[in-house]
Amino acid sequence: MDWLKLFQRFLPDFIKGAGVTLELTAVGLVIGFVLGLVLALARSYGPKWLKAIAIGYIELFRGTPLLVQLFLIYYGLPSVGITLSQTISAYLALGLNSAAYQAEYFRGSIQAIGSSQMTAGRAIGLSRWKTIWYVILPQALRLVIPAWSNEPISLLKTTAVVFLIAVQDLMAKAKRAATATYDPIGSYLAVAVVYLVMVFILNWGLKYLERKTVIPGFEMESKKA
Amino acid sequence: MAKPILTIKNLTKKYGENAVFHNIDLTVNEGDTIVIIGPSGTGKSTLLRCVNLLTYANEGQIWLDDMEITAKECDEDRVRQHIGMVFQNFLLFNHLTALDNVMLGLTKVKRMKADAAKEKAMHELNRVGLADRADHYPGQLSGGQQQRVAIARALAMDPRIMLFDEPTSALDPELIGEVLEVMRKLALEGMTMLVVTHEMGFAREVADRIVFLEKGSIVEQGSPDELFYHPKNERTREFLWKITELYGKKEEGK
Repeated sequence: MDWLKLFQRFLPDFIKGAGVTLELTAVGLVIGFVLGLVLALARSYGPKWLKAIAIGYIELFRGTPLLVQLFLIYYGLPSVGITLSQTISAYLALGLNSAAYQAEYFRGSIQAIGSSQMTAGRAIGLSRWKTIWYVILPQALRLVIPAWSNEPISLLKTTAVVFLIAVQDLMAKAKRAATATYDPIGSYLAVAVVYLVMVFILNWGLKYLERKTVIPGFEMESKKA
Repeated sequence: MAKPILTIKNLTKKYGENAVFHNIDLTVNEGDTIVIIGPSGTGKSTLLRCVNLLTYANEGQIWLDDMEITAKECDEDRVRQHIGMVFQNFLLFNHLTALDNVMLGLTKVKRMKADAAKEKAMHELNRVGLADRADHYPGQLSGGQQQRVAIARALAMDPRIMLFDEPTSALDPELIGEVLEVMRKLALEGMTMLVVTHEMGFAREVADRIVFLEKGSIVEQGSPDELFYHPKNERTREFLWKITELYGKKEEGK
């Protein structure tokens, strides 16, 4: 079958799937961001026991395959009485997993901002948490953007595993097209193009964000810091 | 009539077995400018950090006015509001403009309304001669300007005393003057100041008392004239001779 024709025929389906993929990416990213930030703060500033929990969490979720986590949530949790829908399971697995990676990005940039800014904040009478909130985080969250930009892009592609629990994402649509047309090469190449376009747009958006948030006078951060 | 603002009694700081300084007694009276001099590694900076509770002494007490700030129940965030600190490396908040740097403590610690805080912050920037740089970020200011913003930031909290930890040591020579000028002005206005510096010209001209600290203890203290012209201790004489030679002829002829 002509590759273009296949693409045209399944395009509405692919677009629907791409929508699901973007949703999964967005939700996973947000859950991962919030939880990741909490984990990074806990690991950087928490008391010992909290640090230990944060480290344990990060090592656990980075140390096991996402697919295993996804199956544990979707197939495993029902046996302890928690049954989640496919979509919720997918959101949760992606979010919990992404949190572990995002936490490490955040921790890195918090460390880079360093204890001297903490000292400066404390010296004018700000409490520890106020210093973190008003001084450390605004700088750390800017500094982290170039490295953190890997995460949305990596996550967008990683979402493809969720078709294994029958979430109708882009990958699931590709599989359907492949079955319908007996043309796996054409089908998977077609969705590869769709993924590529999404990544391209996302990348462009992230570069824009990086430019917008740069601190005046620190355009060459690495040189000045 | 001299009222002590800061009283340090028998203060000792150790890191493990090593004492950074030991049994320091020092009183700073209202309106006084005390300059601490001494070789590096003798605990001058650590002493200032102890006073600001950025680190803790192992023994001894510190009073700010009548309050013992080394007491266990003392609220350190409250204490620091009343003690201004200026650091060697400025330590401005790099993501905030000069104005916002000065305002942050006013709005977040003193909980002032934004417009009142802004007015106060502009007043302080004006005091250090930088009202026209209010919108600049630290990265857009010279070192000397950054340090003056840092001074304004500390002044904005209306501290009882200002601590200066080698405020000009990270500056290019031609920028040192503007910072010293601001400090000189503050001293004349009656601000109580405790200054660690190697600027002997400033010490001689502005200090009410110079304290020579070496190997963790006070070797000698007295008026600039006493220390510069009639030092009692041989070490004081040697140190001053060395540092005056190092900093050149401009110190002479006064």
